Amino acid sequence: MSKTTATRARPLSPHLQIYKPIPTMMMSIIHRITGCALYFGTLLVAIWLMAASGTPETFGRVQAIYGSWLGLVVLFGFTWVLVHHMLGGIRHLVMDTGSEAALGKDQSRRAAVAMPIISIVLTILVWIVAIMARGA
Amino acid sequence: MVEITLPKNSRINEGKTWPKPAGATNLREYKIYRWSPDDDENPRTDTYYVDMDDCGPMVLDALLWIKNNVDPTLTLRRSCREGICGSCAMNIDGTNTLACTKGADEVSGVVKVYPLPHMPVVKDLVPDLTVPYAQLSSIQPWLQTVSPEPAKEWTQSHEDRQKLDGLYECILCFCCQTSCPSYWWNGERYLGPAVLLQAYRWLIDSRDEATGERLDNLEDPFRLYRCHTIMNCTQACPKGLNPAKAIAEIKKMMVERRV
Repeated sequence: MSKTTATRARPLSPHLQIYKPIPTMMMSIIHRITGCALYFGTLLVAIWLMAASGTPETFGRVQAIYGSWLGLVVLFGFTWVLVHHMLGGIRHLVMDTGSEAALGKDQSRRAAVAMPIISIVLTILVWIVAIMARGA
Repeated sequence: MVEITLPKNSRINEGKTWPKPAGATNLREYKIYRWSPDDDENPRTDTYYVDMDDCGPMVLDALLWIKNNVDPTLTLRRSCREGICGSCAMNIDGTNTLACTKGADEVSGVVKVYPLPHMPVVKDLVPDLTVPYAQLSSIQPWLQTVSPEPAKEWTQSHEDRQKLDGLYECILCFCCQTSCPSYWWNGERYLGPAVLLQAYRWLIDSRDEATGERLDNLEDPFRLYRCHTIMNCTQACPKGLNPAKAIAEIKKMMVERRV
């Protein structure tokens, strides 16, 4: 490049500050966030398993926390995180095949828009099945 | 590295509002990024009002109208004004595109115009593209052969020629390149969507005989594999091309040559 006469450092043009949060970009970052959240969710499962191998009192205490109003909300969130991350994983798997159905401009946008809808519906379904199974 | 906030010298201040054109009834508000190397100010966004009854339909028309009628210091690159040179690539209404093919009527409300994202700014809407150009030359975007040169031109079948469709149309405006968050965070080492689309254009050219060397050059955790299919490139491309698909095809070629 030609020599510049500028005497001071060039600024960096704005990026995240101005870029429109389009569905595909949002689903990409949510896939990462849910991936991180799964670590904490797995911790919950590990605590529960450890409690189950301990005394009935400890297990009862953990069960009471998990079964509380707040515990159920967290578990519902964990289920959604798991389902969303799984769907995202499947989407990335199809993308890696080079399929136009996953990588096309309109197709990828539609898939990204559908992700939160499908994941919430699936999460509710899982919980309905779980509650019915417990009731039966 | 991921750096969500802008460096101190890059933070954008509220700029000045230029007077509305006298007697105009059909006004459109533009907010435009300004920065000059000649003073000690931070970047700012100036507000302009464009008389749409006196101005063409495209965002580029409005920018030139402002330059001609309101503020001659407004600086931008443009050349062909018909989407084939790639000079007027910038961020309009939050998406990278060409000012000459973006209709002002496609934007609702104030039209916000910034230079291509996460690039050093030379002045106003002109980014420094030295790095992406160097990356382009690193993939050697020309025909490479070892066979003796034919008496006439190198030929290829119609089917092989069709494989270049959707690739040769790239005008190197770098709208996709600078839309990619992965390129924002690793722009020095990740080649980026525009350069990888060019790389693929030579990889699948039936006349090119350097496929192995080209793949070797890309086999790197950063150069190729920083693509995380965020898909901003494909959503942004003003020519309707699909860099994300080209990158996926390169990744497939990497796997296929190993089995």
